[in-house]
Formats: sequence, structure tokens, C-alpha cells
Amino acid sequence: MPPMPGKTLYDKIWDAHVVAEQDGEAILYIDLHLIHEVTTPQAFAGLRANRRAVRRPDRTLAVADHNIPTEGQGLGVDAVADDEARLQLQTLGRNVEDYGIEYFQMGDIRNGIVHVVGPEQGRTQPGMTIVCGDSHTSTHGAFGALAHGIGTSEVEHVLATQTLRQKKAKNFRIRIEGEPAPGVGAKDYALAIIGEIGTAGGTGYVIEYAGSAVRALSMEGRMTLCNLTIEGGARAGLVAPDETTFEYLKGRPSTPKGGAWEMALGYWKSFFSDDDAVFDREIVLDAAKIAPTVTWGTSPEDVVAVTGAVPAPESFATPDKRASAERALGYMGLTAGQPITEAKIDVVFIGSCTNSRIEDLRAAAKVAAKALEGGRKVADGVRAMVVPGSGLVRAQAEEEGLDAVFRTAGFEWREPGCSMCLAMNPDKLEPGQRCASTSNRNFEGRQGRGGRTHLMSPAMAAAAAIAGHIADVRDFL
Amino acid sequence: MEAFTRLDAAAAPLPLANIDTDQIIPKQFLKIVDRKGLAKGLFYDLRFDDDGRERPDFVLNQPTYKGAGVLIAGDNFGCGSSREHAPWALMDFGIKAVVSTSFADIFYNNCFQNGLLPVVLKADEVRQLMDEARGGNHVVSIDLEAQTVTSPSGAVFGFQIDPQRKAKMLKGLDAIGETLEAAKDIDTYEMKRALAQPWLEGA
Repeated sequence: MPPMPGKTLYDKIWDAHVVAEQDGEAILYIDLHLIHEVTTPQAFAGLRANRRAVRRPDRTLAVADHNIPTEGQGLGVDAVADDEARLQLQTLGRNVEDYGIEYFQMGDIRNGIVHVVGPEQGRTQPGMTIVCGDSHTSTHGAFGALAHGIGTSEVEHVLATQTLRQKKAKNFRIRIEGEPAPGVGAKDYALAIIGEIGTAGGTGYVIEYAGSAVRALSMEGRMTLCNLTIEGGARAGLVAPDETTFEYLKGRPSTPKGGAWEMALGYWKSFFSDDDAVFDREIVLDAAKIAPTVTWGTSPEDVVAVTGAVPAPESFATPDKRASAERALGYMGLTAGQPITEAKIDVVFIGSCTNSRIEDLRAAAKVAAKALEGGRKVADGVRAMVVPGSGLVRAQAEEEGLDAVFRTAGFEWREPGCSMCLAMNPDKLEPGQRCASTSNRNFEGRQGRGGRTHLMSPAMAAAAAIAGHIADVRDFL
Repeated sequence: MEAFTRLDAAAAPLPLANIDTDQIIPKQFLKIVDRKGLAKGLFYDLRFDDDGRERPDFVLNQPTYKGAGVLIAGDNFGCGSSREHAPWALMDFGIKAVVSTSFADIFYNNCFQNGLLPVVLKADEVRQLMDEARGGNHVVSIDLEAQTVTSPSGAVFGFQIDPQRKAKMLKGLDAIGETLEAAKDIDTYEMKRALAQPWLEGA
């Protein structure tokens, strides 16, 4: 009998969570269920209608992030001006109380963007299965956890059963090897990958990121990379846990302590792809060849190096893509052939589950501090806002004096939340405004009706704020 | 969930690639606590201008396509956010099936939770359906049992679908009820896990 081929990291997590198989579908156990105000009201209503309980309230954590204002959070939910947002927040408050679920309310220092809070609290751990009614749940894959977004019907399913019905995806490995140029990091890797494979390139796969450049990333960088995996269409992104992971987790509020830590560590270390594991698809990127990258269009695959120019619609292969590019140029108010650095910026948004962690804020603050040394501030007419990912990130940044740097340089220093990434709260673009944004989606209207989004790294966004147009961060270091 | 067996309905062509869920239902419509009433927000920015007037050039605003039950769209339909409001809005508007060359994973999955049928056809078949839907006769027939789409001119295209998903769609089955039949297996799994990973208990 031939020897069994090795298993991938994804295979191992999958196998460890199969509860049963029914009609060719696996019932997969879910270790951690994160919930928020926007995608859960209908799920709880469904539970009530069917008189079902929440199976594991202790494996469920609620936050308020999508539609909360980024100022005046201390006034509480009843002071939220938007009637519909307030009702959603009150509904979540009532649901978690009725079902005994832990909830970090708006204004609690532990509250923030769900994908910042989970890792920060040490809830996110290697080898886990994690779901949330939010597509950027892929973020948690940075810890070697199988994590992905689900719809509201599935939120209800997980609440009721602590499982999810799933068909297994295929294995895709992306290796990034070598040393990046200064000013290039995880956001640039992610945008370069989506540019390469396209927004549907990962459909049907779980992507494992590997290679020396991925190993060299901090947990924050790995989270950015895994966060953007969904923009490439894959179900989830993964990075095998290593010392960087364990170092990050140690001492967090919800990680095991003492003897239990040692026991957990032993378990976590079993989660890696075997040397002889077979991947259905594999690509390799050279980190040294990736430039600071921005988007020019209305899909995350519309990427260009900051040194490049806006592409011509004729350069696309299919009629649909040409039509989409034509439409994107019109929407974005750009001309084919124009250097991307000519794009003048009205608003800068530094935040979102992609880039609102302490390392992101440090990178942006470094650019701002350098500008201040040269007597420069946020360019005239530009509104620049920094929205930390959680109350704890905000506090840490303040302890390090980053808020002072930002404020002095002319940036607004806001309270945590999803904010202008999806503009469900009062932070939104006006029609025609152009935004340098560290978020994850440049879709039409995403940051406000008629708003024009260019995705980029925190350092690049800070550089754009100072220059008043898209700029190469390498000129600011 | 509504069952889906067979559909004969007008089809509206929407020949754009990467139509994301923000376009299907923009965020201002997500602040609701129930599933109904989302039709008003469907494709809001494509359907209405800045003053809230219907854009006459948008396909679903054209008299010919009012009441369309099928949408024929470009590649990678439903990418982006996990919002189930996207299938809810399509259903609330009267769309019961979407035909494309490909769908984003979460959207595809969400469709099956709600009885909205996503049909994957080959690029040339989607193109032919779009071309025909632009002509005088727009009625497309979708037979889930037979796994076929019949174009207005009578061309028949077969499509693939996961047999379990098909069976549930045909009957309109509730997934939670089905999973709870395996409640004993879940109990057993949890007991084993509590022993192997005690640090996850009582957190």
C-alpha cells in the first residue's frame, strides 16, 4: 500500500473538527463564534421563532463595531444619533442578555473591530475554527486558525448547534520569498497577490501563506495578509503558527496560563503543513519585486505600483473586464495613462480590520513624525482621520505618544470602530471625494455614495495625507 | 426557506463583472433587524440617481424587464461582504435565480440558505443568454430537477450543482433541524474536546 500523503495545515484543522458527515457534507465544530450588531438580529429572531437555545454562549463573544460613531462613545448606546443604528445596537444588547453571551459594549476599552478584538484578547488561537458574520473573519487565519465569514442564516446555525455544515475547499499555497524593499509590507504583498490572481482567483480554495517573507512578518502583518484573502475570493487564509505567534499570544487575557499554556503549546505546534503535503495550486512571489502598491479602480484587483500609471481599458482581456475598467475609470475620475501619483486626495482614512493595529499606527505615525521634522503637516484641504482598531489599541498608541504626533501633524484622532471602511456610521465620503484608505474594499460607494477609494498601506496613506496626492512612501522615509 | 423546483421568468441582463454585495445592497440598508423590505435598496446606486429618481438606462428600470425573475450577470457575482442582505434583497425584489460564470463563495452559500438559485454556466452560454435576453423574448426556464436552463430561443444548457444542495433546495429544508439530528455526535465531540483541550472550557 502506498504511504498516505502528508496533510496540509488546512487538512489538519479540518480533520480535527469534523463532528459527523451527513449526505456528503461535514458538520464542522466551531471553537469560537464572534458576533456583532449588523449581521445577527435576524439570527436571534430565528432562534426565538423556533424556540432554540444558544448551544455554547461561552464560546461566543459579541462586540459593537460596524455602525458605532467614532466619537462620544462614552455617552452610551442610547445617545447614538442614528435611529436605525441605535436600534441595532439595542437589539444586540438585549439578545446577548437573553442568551447569556459576553459582550464588549461600545465605550468598553476592550471593544473595537471584531477582528482586532479576538486576537488582542487571545480568544483567537492556533488550530481553532472561527466564524463570524463578516467576510474579513479570514483575518484570524494569521494564527493558523481556520476562520471565515458566514451569512446570517449560518450565524443562526452556529448559535443553535455550535457547528457549520461545510464542504471542504481545495488547498492553495502562496509562497512569498526574499526580502522586501524598504516601505513595502503585508498590505503591498496582499494587493500584489490579488492583482496577480484576481478577485475570483482564490474561489474554492483555502490559501496558506508561506515563505521567508511571510515568516518575517509580525502578527499584525500576517493579519493584514489573511484579512485581504477574501478579496482574492478564497474561503480563508492561513499562516502556520510559530514562535512569533506564541510570543504574541502569551499573557493575553484569554490564553491559557501555567501548565495549561504548555499543554496548549504542544497542541498548537502540531498545526503545520507536512513536507510531503500536496497543494492543488501553488504560486511563488518574490518580495523584492513588490513595490508599494495602490488601487486605481473599483475592485481590489485593480492594482498598480505607486510608480505606475492608470491602465487603459483596451489592455484587458475580456469584453466584461474592458466594460468594468471603462466604468471604473469614469467612476474614479481618472484617465488611462495618467501617473497614479497625480491623483489628488481629499480624505485619508487610516483604520479598519485590515490596518488599525498598533504596528499600523506606528508606521503611519513614523511618516507623520518625519514630515513634522521637515516642517510639513497634512496638506491643505485634506481631511485625515486615524481610527484605532480597539480601545486598547487606542490606549497603547496614546501611551506611546502616537496620538500627539498625529494631532500635531493635523490628523483627527478618533474612537475605535469600523468607521469609514464601510461608512455605516457618520464617517463617510461625499460624492466625488477621493480617499487614500488603509481599508479593504474600493467598491463603488463603499466609503460613501460617489466616494472614490484608493487602497494602500498605512505608511502610504500617511504619505498621501502630507503630499495631498498619492505619493511614494519611500520619499518620506 | 422557499423551495425551488422550476422557474419560467423574464431574464434581465447585467453584463458587468465583479458585481459586489455593496452594489447589490448598499450599507445604508443593512441597519434593519428583520429580513423583509430590502427590495427598495436593491442595486440602489445603479437603479437611482443622486436625486433618488430611477435611472432609465438601468436594466431593471426598463419596462421590458419589470418583474424579471432571473438575473444574468458577469463573472464573480456577489463578491465582497458576507451580508445575507444581498440574497434577501434579490428575493424581496422578485429575483429567484442568478446566472453567471462564477459566484463568490459566501454569496453562493447564502443563496442556498434562502432558496435563491445561483446557476453557473459557461462563458459562451452566459453570453448567449445575455444576447437573447436583450431581444424581444426574455423568458428563460430553469428546471432544477433536470439541471437545465432553456434560453428564450429554446437552446438548452445543462448546469452542475451539488446534489445535497439541490435536494435541500427542491424541498426548502431547514439546515438547523437537519444538523440537530446529529446532536449526539456534537455532544460526544464536545466531551472529547473538553478532555483534550481543557483550556477552552469555562473561558
